Amino acid sequence: MSKKILPLVIGAAMGVAATTAAGATTLEDVKAKGFIQCGVSQGLPGFSNPDAQGNWTGLDVDLCRAMAAAVFGDASAVKYTPLSAKERFTALQSGEVDVLSRNTTWTMSRDTQLGLNFAGVNYYDGQGFMVRKDLGVTSALELSGASVCTNTGTTTELNVADYFRANNMPYEIVAFEKADEVVAAYDAGRCDVYTTDASGLYAQRLKLTNPGDHMVLPEIISKEPLGPVVRQGDDEWFNIAKWTLNAMLNAEELGVTSENVDEMKSSDNPSIKRLLGVEGAFGEAIGLSNDWAYNIVKNVGNYEESFNANVGPDTPLGISRGVNALWNDGGFMYAPPVR
Amino acid sequence: MSVMEQDSAGAPARASLLNDPKVRGLFYQVLLIAALVFFGYFIVTNTIANLERQNIASGWGFLENTAGFGIIQSMVPYSETSSYGTALVVGLFNTILVAVVGIFFATIIGFVVGIARLSNNWVISRIAYCYVELVRNVPLLLQIFFWYFAVLRAVPGKREKWSLFDTVHLNIGGLRLPKPIWEPGSFMIGIALVVAIVASIVISKWAHKRQDATGQQFPMFWTAVGLIIGLPLLAYLVMGMPMHLEHPVFVDTGPRIRQGFELNVGINIIPEFLALTAALAIYTAAFIAEIVRAGIQAVSHGQTEAAHALGLRNGPTLRLVVIPQAMRVIIPPLTSQYLNLTKNSSLAVAIAFPDLVSVGGTVLNQTGQAIEIIGIWMAVYLSLSLLTSAFMNWYNQRMALVER
Repeated sequence: MSKKILPLVIGAAMGVAATTAAGATTLEDVKAKGFIQCGVSQGLPGFSNPDAQGNWTGLDVDLCRAMAAAVFGDASAVKYTPLSAKERFTALQSGEVDVLSRNTTWTMSRDTQLGLNFAGVNYYDGQGFMVRKDLGVTSALELSGASVCTNTGTTTELNVADYFRANNMPYEIVAFEKADEVVAAYDAGRCDVYTTDASGLYAQRLKLTNPGDHMVLPEIISKEPLGPVVRQGDDEWFNIAKWTLNAMLNAEELGVTSENVDEMKSSDNPSIKRLLGVEGAFGEAIGLSNDWAYNIVKNVGNYEESFNANVGPDTPLGISRGVNALWNDGGFMYAPPVR
Repeated sequence: MSVMEQDSAGAPARASLLNDPKVRGLFYQVLLIAALVFFGYFIVTNTIANLERQNIASGWGFLENTAGFGIIQSMVPYSETSSYGTALVVGLFNTILVAVVGIFFATIIGFVVGIARLSNNWVISRIAYCYVELVRNVPLLLQIFFWYFAVLRAVPGKREKWSLFDTVHLNIGGLRLPKPIWEPGSFMIGIALVVAIVASIVISKWAHKRQDATGQQFPMFWTAVGLIIGLPLLAYLVMGMPMHLEHPVFVDTGPRIRQGFELNVGINIIPEFLALTAALAIYTAAFIAEIVRAGIQAVSHGQTEAAHALGLRNGPTLRLVVIPQAMRVIIPPLTSQYLNLTKNSSLAVAIAFPDLVSVGGTVLNQTGQAIEIIGIWMAVYLSLSLLTSAFMNWYNQRMALVER
């Protein structure tokens, strides 16, 4: 009997090795479990934030919902994993989440060295500074000797170091792991300055005791293209993430909204026909059904609808489209055509 | 007996080898080791294969790259142009600093509270009891937040201060102290200090011997205090006062952003450090107090009565008779508390103190070298724990009951 143990142990180990090595594609995995596991922030109003009932909403959340709509025809087939800046890439690399949609800056090293692929940009941002109005500061160049609160493990931490060094200003960095603690410390007066992406500053300002006492300085010291990220090496899933974002942008450009999408199906415009799956088989080409983009717009809406509902001028954040307008409207948003 | 002997002797040789408990034991142990080695091999190769498949660069080369981020407190020279390796060393030293200072204060508070719990004074023992029950039943992270956020809001803001004798200042930016600036010749002060410490040790040995021989006591404590303060002071005066204090500079004129303490003048103990050490020391002290109480109660009351019968007062009884015997019971669980404190210091990341976990997390995020960084974390905490327990085991052996 004892002779049978060793082959058994080896056999079992080999079996484990075989199953881990083979692996299924992300799309197969997602279809098998019936939902998309989406990595989001730990709470950034307008981008990804849970409401009182625990439902996640925001611009980044809408991208996850749009992907779920594209895959399942059901925008609610998403489960959310709140991740700190420090945890996010490891969670994606290790397969804990299928897509990371968490105000993550697209940089060269992240794109090339971490085994990740950035699927596009859903918000063009830049790093800014927030200070108390009563400090009497009007420019970031007057911040010499200031103490600066921020998050650990972000590009923010590097940009602020570069900026103060380049301008020969001494400073003191206080870096917290969670955004909520940064807000609390800044609110308590531990720091003169709160720095993060400008969108984040507007969002976090809402959490301060007296939002009106604080102002965002005009300097934007970095380029922060934020967008969804997937694992490298799975082109099928990469395409789905990329074209979900492109579909939302194209829908806005073509004037297709969640309200008129059913009428638009009978439109004569060939671009709209291709987008909504009336003509061609573009959905099948990325492993989905042909009405993938119809489902996205019907369930979630186009980019403009998502922007206005979450961060736009009528929301507490009150962010104008600015550079995030479509290309033909003076902004950077430009999606390749569906054809 | 005789029946069993006959059975084993009468059985054929082959069967006896298979049934021999020694051989079987050895076989299963070899099998277990082989399985463990194979398991380890499988984990490592599988990890490497997965990393390669996902195009994640691995290796230790990243340690030499430029870090590019700032750190608020460092005991070794560090700037944004230093390497990731240096950043991790900064984090390591900060962790050790918190652990050492935390252990120091936790031990003092723990012993005082532990002894106070056994006090005959009802008020003192009740206060100690409440302290223990309150502190050890509230999660540590909550206490860290309490010390950092609640207490932080109570102290003056950046442009104001509380001062003590105009030398020690406190505001939300931290505790500011004068910084000694050493000039040439100041090394003599250090030498004098070392001489004073060595002399104190020698005199204490001599005093013990003399007491053993003649029964006469020597005022050892005051002699040592006199030496350790007096000799360096003498050297300071003789060498022409080769040291001055750099006082923190508080600016209260000009633009508001410029008001407050100037950076890098004097010593600034940052509030993150104060809050973390306070929380760790006070939390661990509650556990140490219970250990001390248990240790003291483990010493038979007869020992106290015997000491009193010899004419010793309460203080010396506790110090010379009870505590030395209690130490044998106290030290092993005390070691665990020291290890806990060291490991708990990793909660620093929640309040922005740049310890090893906080700095390592930033490095991890900038480089993506998760496996290497986590490996460093595990190696460091393991080494710190092993070092602490090795030291405490050595101390335990010294304190063990010497049987003659």
